[in-house]
Amino acid sequence: MSILGTRVIRTEDPRLLTAGGVYVDDLKEPDLNGALRATFVRSTVAHARITGIDTSEALAQPGVVAVLTAADMTDVPSPPPADFDPDAPPVEEPMPLGGPWSEPLLATDRVRYVGEPVAIVLTDSAYQGEDAAELVSVDYDILPAVPSIEAALAGESLLFPEAGTNVCQKRGADLDDSVFDSLDVVVEGDVVNQRVAAVPMEPRGAAAVWKDGRLTVWSSTQNAQTARLILTALGLKPDAIRVVAPDVGGGFGAKIGIDRDAIVVAWAAKHTGRPVRWAESRNENLLGMTQGRAQLHHIKIGGTRDGKIKAYRLEVIQDTGAYARMSGFLPSLTVLMAPGVYDIPNVQAGYKAVVTNGTPIAAYRGAGRPEAAATIERAVDWWAAEAGLDPAEVRKINFIKPEQFPYLTKTGAPYDTGDYEGALDKVLAAAGYERLRAEQKKRRESGDTRQLGLGLSSYVEITAADGVMGETAKLEVHRDGTATVYTGSSAHGQGHHTAFAMLVQEELGIPMDKVEVVHGDTDLIPKGTGTHASRSLQLGGSAVHKAAIEVKDEAAKRAASLFEASEADVVLDAATGTWHIAGDPDKSLSWAQVAEAASGGTLTANVTFTADRPTFPFGTHLSIAEVDTETGKVTLVRHVTADDAGPVLNPILMEGQRHGGIAQGAAQALVEEVLYDADGNPLTSTLADYGVITAAELPSFELITSETPTDVNPLGVKGIGEAGTIGATPAVQNAVIDAVSHLGVRHIDMPTTPERVWSAIQSATNTK
Amino acid sequence: MKVELTVNGKQITADVEDRMLLAGFLRDVADLTATNIGCETTSCGACTVLLDGESVKSCTVLAAQADGRSVTTLEGLAGPDGEMHPVQKAFHEEHGLQCGYCTPGMVMAIASLLKENPSPTEADIRAGLEGNLCRCTGYHNIVRAALAAASEGAK
Repeated sequence: MSILGTRVIRTEDPRLLTAGGVYVDDLKEPDLNGALRATFVRSTVAHARITGIDTSEALAQPGVVAVLTAADMTDVPSPPPADFDPDAPPVEEPMPLGGPWSEPLLATDRVRYVGEPVAIVLTDSAYQGEDAAELVSVDYDILPAVPSIEAALAGESLLFPEAGTNVCQKRGADLDDSVFDSLDVVVEGDVVNQRVAAVPMEPRGAAAVWKDGRLTVWSSTQNAQTARLILTALGLKPDAIRVVAPDVGGGFGAKIGIDRDAIVVAWAAKHTGRPVRWAESRNENLLGMTQGRAQLHHIKIGGTRDGKIKAYRLEVIQDTGAYARMSGFLPSLTVLMAPGVYDIPNVQAGYKAVVTNGTPIAAYRGAGRPEAAATIERAVDWWAAEAGLDPAEVRKINFIKPEQFPYLTKTGAPYDTGDYEGALDKVLAAAGYERLRAEQKKRRESGDTRQLGLGLSSYVEITAADGVMGETAKLEVHRDGTATVYTGSSAHGQGHHTAFAMLVQEELGIPMDKVEVVHGDTDLIPKGTGTHASRSLQLGGSAVHKAAIEVKDEAAKRAASLFEASEADVVLDAATGTWHIAGDPDKSLSWAQVAEAASGGTLTANVTFTADRPTFPFGTHLSIAEVDTETGKVTLVRHVTADDAGPVLNPILMEGQRHGGIAQGAAQALVEEVLYDADGNPLTSTLADYGVITAAELPSFELITSETPTDVNPLGVKGIGEAGTIGATPAVQNAVIDAVSHLGVRHIDMPTTPERVWSAIQSATNTK
Repeated sequence: MKVELTVNGKQITADVEDRMLLAGFLRDVADLTATNIGCETTSCGACTVLLDGESVKSCTVLAAQADGRSVTTLEGLAGPDGEMHPVQKAFHEEHGLQCGYCTPGMVMAIASLLKENPSPTEADIRAGLEGNLCRCTGYHNIVRAALAAASEGAK
């Protein structure tokens, strides 16, 4: 029986459950003995010129070994010059240091956000570092802050005066108003996709050693190999750098590559010749780790009374924060995915990206696609409410039909496979949609103070958008019959070790408990891309699958020669992991015997799998919320989803990814938002202020799975890591608005806090 | 100052800074790093341990406050023969963990919760875990694990 598709509990867990993981700050590597503790001095102001830094008082403190600033970085090569052309194409790879809208390692003459690293203090103990960092005196000549998209566009204060603008990139939409003129129902408005924080439970951390001309960096990263490439900015060749990702306590996109803080830690180890380790506080994490979303959308959507949507316009303004790390890449994905699951004849989409005095924005669970789905799904509900039609019906009328695949969208996305109506129907049936609508009607008629809202979201998303970058796998079968997988993919909770061992067992019949999976060490795995963009199974898994087939082919040759038979007559019994001659089950060879016959006693395959196209998972979420009309308080009552990412390798892992995604999506819709005041001071810089969603605010989730394979990879799989978030966000938001739509409310921006909901009810009922 | 703590049944005496937190003591002095630090504002619960059998967030307890008292961390939860505690077992079987960072605190918080209330409802568990954040699991399987451990304990 195939192990694929079965509920295999994780091999990763026993260690994590009894001894705890080994995260960066838990490392007991001998090379880190006596390591100095790094503490950053961070900007306390949003926008200022630095006129002086006095480190003398800090240096005089006990335990202080060094206080280093940009002026000490004379041993680092100059970054490439800035490029201020806003019409340049978006950068799709991690931004080189410097380059367009250059980000320094430590602030030089100017700071551009609260939390920007200005100096690094190296001490014997962490407490000494905290004391000394407070004594580093930085003189700031305050400049007017640019705390918002509006202020950035006004252009009265410029973050990069030499650019002459705060707009760092733009791609204009081809705006044509005439297509809307003849349509029966047209809705136009602004939709905010607010700035949120990734908040992995393990904040950022790094440790570094410079020894014998070689730099070793342990980093809490999603991609050790990418981190190594970025670290070459220190003037080292890649093979002079080893990056190790130990256990990583969550990433969600914000740990892609390596941040400037960790690069400075690595530099400090090289510069001082002493090992250095850094574990940031949550406060630093909420100021310094890249954040997500931060887009303002202007939409226009029009269609006919019979429910057909004919035209959709999406104008995106991306707040990139102080440094445009990913330039226009995030909003370019939003534009690409603008029309979602709908066959809309006219789509007009474009973007502008602007710099502001906020924490830099980068990838966060979905990276540009959740924003597209949130707004089209909001727009469809908004339009349906205006047209007086049921939102489920409007979706059905406008879906791309199964027979239309492969389908190229008006924005250029090559959708592979899908059955959007199928997913919607499953959810409606499982949730009891008609019954819920009847209950809603009853409550509306009775004027109940607890109104019921039903929020739909039918999404499609792009996964492994960078599939052409591929992923690596090396598979070894050893003379003791065990196997080792070296993957360029990088686990931080997803269950790679279980999943990849299952693939090896399936193909080779070597039991999972004899398969070791290794990731995240550039000495062992020099090439790899890592884990982001829901790419691990479809690229990393396909690479493991491909390597297993190559090993099998090689083993067949060895087995044939041991049997003194023709290769064509040799077969592997994958159920028992033994080799036979076809038709003669009595004579068999184990993997150990076959590997023994290979050169060096190891069968090896070293492969890269690339996909020529991305994949497009899809699904429907239905969220059911209760809104207290007297207080505006929202209670999420149920959340029902049908998600389809192709064949499911391990339902346990797939469901886990969806659960976590739904919670993060609901979090953005209900509670989470990073806020700044008018001077650019962050108002949400601890977990006491930034309300990460808790167990008490969520129900259990009801999941339905369907499996529509893709032809893009041999496993037929698509990505599932981000689907939950992408589907849940608009479903929850739509549920809240639907609960009060009969009162005249048409839109409430996220997060739908009690205050916002209550105010929306008041203003709708007062204007009636 | 000098403090004496019993950690997972073992007595540890050390001279520590007055401001040393219990979390720091466990990690740096007792060399037990399963207890993770996630926020320093008693918001996230990653550092939850049992102090004289009751759950506390060790990032907001001073080592000095634990002087003379007994602490249990994740490393001390399994039986003497290494058999996992019912909560640990349930986390494994129900996929109650992903990245593992919140897990030690979650497991300790649930062990404490089930001691106080051996047969909780889902709502009891959700309310009881309000002070323990997880970013990976959406809490769904953590709640299931807690329910499974409770029903295992009731047997």
